[in-house]
Amino acid sequence: MQKVYTKIESIVGNVVTVKAEGVRSGDLALVGDSYANVIKLDKDLVSLQVFAGGQGVSTTDPVRFLGRPMMVSFSEHLLGRVFDGAGVPRDNGPALTENMIPIGGPSFNPAKRILPKHMIRTGIPMIDVFNTLVESQKLPIFSISGEPYNQLLSRIALQAEVDVIVLGGMGLKYDDYLQFRDTLEKGGAMSHTVMFIHTAADPTVECTLVPDMSLAVAEQFALEGKKVLVLLTDMTSFADAQKEMAITMEQVPSNRGYPGDLYSCLASRYEKAVDIEGAGSITILGVTTMPGDDVTHPVPDNTGYITEGQYYLKNGHIEPFGSLSRLKQNVNDATRDDHRALMDGMIRIYSQYKESLEKKSMGFLMTEWDEKLLKYGELFESKLMDLSVNIPLEDALDLGWEILAECFEPNETGLKTSLIKERWPKKDALD
Amino acid sequence: MDIITGHVTGVNGNLIKVDFEGSVRKNEVGYIIVGDNRLKGEVIRINNGVASMQIYEMSDGIKVGDPVEFTGELMSVELGPGLLTQVFDGLQNPLPKLAEQCGFFLERGVYLDPIPDRDWDFTPKVQVGDTVVAGDTVGTVPEGIFTHQIMVPFTTKGEWKVKSIVGEGSYNVRSTVCVITNDKGEDKELSMVFSQPIKQAVKNYEERLRPDEPMVTKIRCIDAFLPVAKGGTFCVPGPFGAGKTVLQHLEAKNSSADIVIVAACGERAGEVVEVLKEFPELEDPKTGRSLMERTIIICNTSSMPVAAREASCYTAVTLAEYYRQMGLDVLLLADSTSRWAQAMREMSGRLEEIPGEEAFPAYLESTIAAFYERAGKVRLKDGRTASVTIGGTVSPAGGNFEEPVTQATLKVVGAFHGLSRERSDARKYPAIHPMDSWSKYDGVVDRARVEEARSILIRSNEINQMMKVVGEEGTSSEDYIIYQKGELLDAVYLQQNSFDPIDAVCPPERQRVEFDRLYDALTKTYSLEDKKDIRAFFNQLRQEFLDWHGTYFETPEFEAQEKKVTDFYMAKVAD
Repeated sequence: MQKVYTKIESIVGNVVTVKAEGVRSGDLALVGDSYANVIKLDKDLVSLQVFAGGQGVSTTDPVRFLGRPMMVSFSEHLLGRVFDGAGVPRDNGPALTENMIPIGGPSFNPAKRILPKHMIRTGIPMIDVFNTLVESQKLPIFSISGEPYNQLLSRIALQAEVDVIVLGGMGLKYDDYLQFRDTLEKGGAMSHTVMFIHTAADPTVECTLVPDMSLAVAEQFALEGKKVLVLLTDMTSFADAQKEMAITMEQVPSNRGYPGDLYSCLASRYEKAVDIEGAGSITILGVTTMPGDDVTHPVPDNTGYITEGQYYLKNGHIEPFGSLSRLKQNVNDATRDDHRALMDGMIRIYSQYKESLEKKSMGFLMTEWDEKLLKYGELFESKLMDLSVNIPLEDALDLGWEILAECFEPNETGLKTSLIKERWPKKDALD
Repeated sequence: MDIITGHVTGVNGNLIKVDFEGSVRKNEVGYIIVGDNRLKGEVIRINNGVASMQIYEMSDGIKVGDPVEFTGELMSVELGPGLLTQVFDGLQNPLPKLAEQCGFFLERGVYLDPIPDRDWDFTPKVQVGDTVVAGDTVGTVPEGIFTHQIMVPFTTKGEWKVKSIVGEGSYNVRSTVCVITNDKGEDKELSMVFSQPIKQAVKNYEERLRPDEPMVTKIRCIDAFLPVAKGGTFCVPGPFGAGKTVLQHLEAKNSSADIVIVAACGERAGEVVEVLKEFPELEDPKTGRSLMERTIIICNTSSMPVAAREASCYTAVTLAEYYRQMGLDVLLLADSTSRWAQAMREMSGRLEEIPGEEAFPAYLESTIAAFYERAGKVRLKDGRTASVTIGGTVSPAGGNFEEPVTQATLKVVGAFHGLSRERSDARKYPAIHPMDSWSKYDGVVDRARVEEARSILIRSNEINQMMKVVGEEGTSSEDYIIYQKGELLDAVYLQQNSFDPIDAVCPPERQRVEFDRLYDALTKTYSLEDKKDIRAFFNQLRQEFLDWHGTYFETPEFEAQEKKVTDFYMAKVAD
C-alpha cells in the first residue's frame, strides 16, 4: 500500500516537509523522481531530505514513502562499476536491484575485534618501509588543495595487494573522477574496484551518502572473506556537506559552523575499519584536505583523534616527519629483521640532512659531514620519497642500504654492527 | 502498580518525544517498542505534558504512534559478584556475551544480564535480629582475589532488622540470601545482586577524608613531580597523537590500586582491543595473578550510540563506588571526557537549549565538577579506609587547552598532566609537560626538594630561550651549567625508557634513591673550564645515570653503577 501525498508544506534548502502518517524515521521516499530520506518526525509532520536537492521541487510534487531505509545492492556484479551517491549507475551499465542491504548498519562488537597483524603492501617505499599500512587500519592523508593526493590514491589503488577496492569520491572535480576511472582501467585494477562518486556539481545530500554506501558494500565483501581497501576522497567535502545540512536544519553550530556531532559523524564511518576473525578486513584511507594548511581546523583535528596515525602529503611527497602509522609496530618486526632499525636510522639521518640544508641556506660553511648529508638527502628524496617509485618492500630496504653505503662509512650510520655486517652492500668497506 | 505507557509523537535523531498518561519521573528509564525490539531510553525533559527521551540506540525505524513503556526506575546498573574481568558497553551489557548471541555486530534492543548466572560460596556476616542500614554487609563471597561483600542496597532507607539469613553454603547469585524487615512490617528480600541509579553518588560511608596517600604509578615524572593521591582526581589533556591513551594504559597496568576500571568512552575500538588482548597475559605486580582479575572495562567506542556514551562514565564511576564500599582502592580511568562532553552537547542541541561557549551546554561545568567529585578517600562505617581515584583524559580541539572542557576540568581536579606535542614529537616519553603541569598532592619524594629541582628546570628553560637569541657564546658559564642541569634532570628523571623492561616501571623505593642521587648532583657547584668541558661533563654524567637506570634495583651492579655516577661528578665538584 503506497500512499501518495501531494501537499508539501515547506521547502527549505534540501529539506521538504509533508504531512503523513505511519512513516518511520530513516525511511526512504520519492519526492517527484528524486530519492529522499526521513530525518525528523514531529506529530504528523515529516521532514525529508531530498537527495537531488530542493531546487525545482514543487509543493504539489507527489511524495511516496517506500517503507524501507536507504539500501544498496550487493553482489559480485558491483565490481568494475561506477555509481553516484544515491547508488544510481554513473557508467552506462544497468541499475542493480538484487540483494539490497541497508547502509549505515550497526557498529562492530569490540569484543569480536582482533589485533591487526598483516601489512598491506603498496609498493610505495614511503608507506611500506617508513609508515607501514596495516590491515584494518584507518588512516587519513592530510593534504592541501593542489597537492597530488588523488594521484597518490590511484597509485595505491593500482598497487595495493588487496582483493577489492572501494573508492568513495566526495566533491570530486569531474576531471578528477575521469582520471581515477581512466587510470584504474588502464592499470587493470577496475575489475576489482567499485566506485561511488559524488562530483562537485552533484547535490550535496548525495555527498553525505558516499561513505555509508562505500562502507556498507566493503563490509559485505569483508564478511565474505575479502581484503577490502576503502579509499575516500575528500573527507573535508563530506564534513562540509554535513555542515551545510546541519545549518539548513537550524542546528546550533559548535566550531566554525560545523555541527556538534562532527566527531561522531566521522568516527562512525572510520570505525568501520575492522579485521574480522575468520573472514576479511576493511582498511580505510581517507584524504582530508586541510583548509589553509591548518591541522587544528575542526575536520583534520577531529579526524586525528579518530584515526590510527596520519600521512602528510606535502610538496608532492609523503613527509617523513609528522607522518605516522601507529600500527606499524604490530607488523614490521615480521617483515625483515633489518626493517625497524633501517627505518629509524634512515629517518634520523634524514632529519640531520634537514638541519644541514637549513645551515646551507643561511650561508654557513659546509663541512665534509654536511656534504655527505646533502648527498644522502638528495638520493633519499629522489629514490625513495618520489611518489612514482614502485618497488617491493624488500627491494626498497636493499635500496636503503645502497643509499647509505653510497654516502657514508658504516660507523657513521649509527646502526648496529651486527646488522651492518649482514647487510652492508660494499663488503670491502667493512674490513 | 500499573505500567505507565505512552506513544511516540516526534523523532529527531536520538531524541524522541512521547505523549504519556499518568506519572513520569525525570531521568526514569523507558522502552520504545519498535516491532520486536525494545529500545532503552531515558526521560531527560518533560515539557507541556510531553516527555523528551534520549534513546541509547539508533533511532532508525521509529515511527509516530509507536508504544512506549515507562519503568519508573532511574537509569541503573546491577551490582553484585562477578563484575570483575568483564567487558561492558556503556549500559552494562556484557559485550562478549552479546557477541555469542548476535555475532559480529551490535544488535540494538538486546540487553543481557551483566551479572553472570552462577553459584557463589556465601558466608553470612549477620545474625537474625541484627539491625542493618544501607551499605551494611550481610555476607561475603570470594570473587577472585577479593572478598566480595554482599551489602544492603545503597538506596535502602531507614533501619531494618534481619529476619532470616541463610547459612554458609553455595547459592545462586539471584537467590534470596537474607530477608530484612523494618518497623512498618515491610519485608525485603536480598539476593547477592541489587541495582543502583548511576547518577546518584553512593554516600554510605562515615566521612570523606583528605586524599593524602600517593597512588603510585611507577612513572617517575608523575610520582615525584606530579603525584596523584588515592582518592584524588587528575586530568590528562593533550592533542591527538601525544600518547594519552598509552599513558592511561600504563597507569592501568602499574598503579597501586586494588581495582582498575577502564572506561573507554567515545574512543577507538582498536585501543580497547589492545587492553582486552594484552591484560589477561600480564601479571598483576601486587598479586602475581592475571591483570584482568582486577580490571573492569566499560567500552562505548566512538561508533556506538552517543547517548550511551554519556551513561558509560556514570556506569563506570558507580561500579568504582561499589568496590570502594568493600574497603578497596579503585582507580577509574576515563578516556576521554571530551567525548562525554560532546555527547552532552549533541543532546543539548537537539533539546534546543541556549548554547554556551563552543555550543556546549551551560551546565557543562557543574556536570563535570559533579562527576569528579564522586572520587574521594573515605572512612567506611567499619573504620577501614577506601578510595576512588578518577583520572580523565581530555581531547581539546586543536590541542588548545583554552577550550571549555579542559578549563572546566582544571577547576575541579587535583592534578593536571598536560601532554605536549613538542615533547611527543621529540620522542620524549612520557610527553607530560613538566612545567605547565601541576599537582596539589604529596608524592613519593619530599616536596621541598622537588620544588627546588623544578626551579632548576624552569631556570634552565629560561636560559635555553635566551640562548636561542644570544647564542651559546653570549651565555655565561654559570648559566650554561644551570641549563645543562635542567637538561640532565629532564633526560634522566622525567623521561623513562618504555622499551627497557627495568626502566619502564620504576617502583617508589627506587625513585627515592634515584631522586636523592640526582638531587645531590644537581645542587653541587662544579668547577669546569669552558662550554666544551661543561657539555662533555654533562653528556657523560647523563650516560652514567642512564646506565644506572638499566641495572636491577638493589643488586651489586646497581650499587657499583651508583658509585660510578657519584665518583664521576664528585671529581669535578668545586671546593
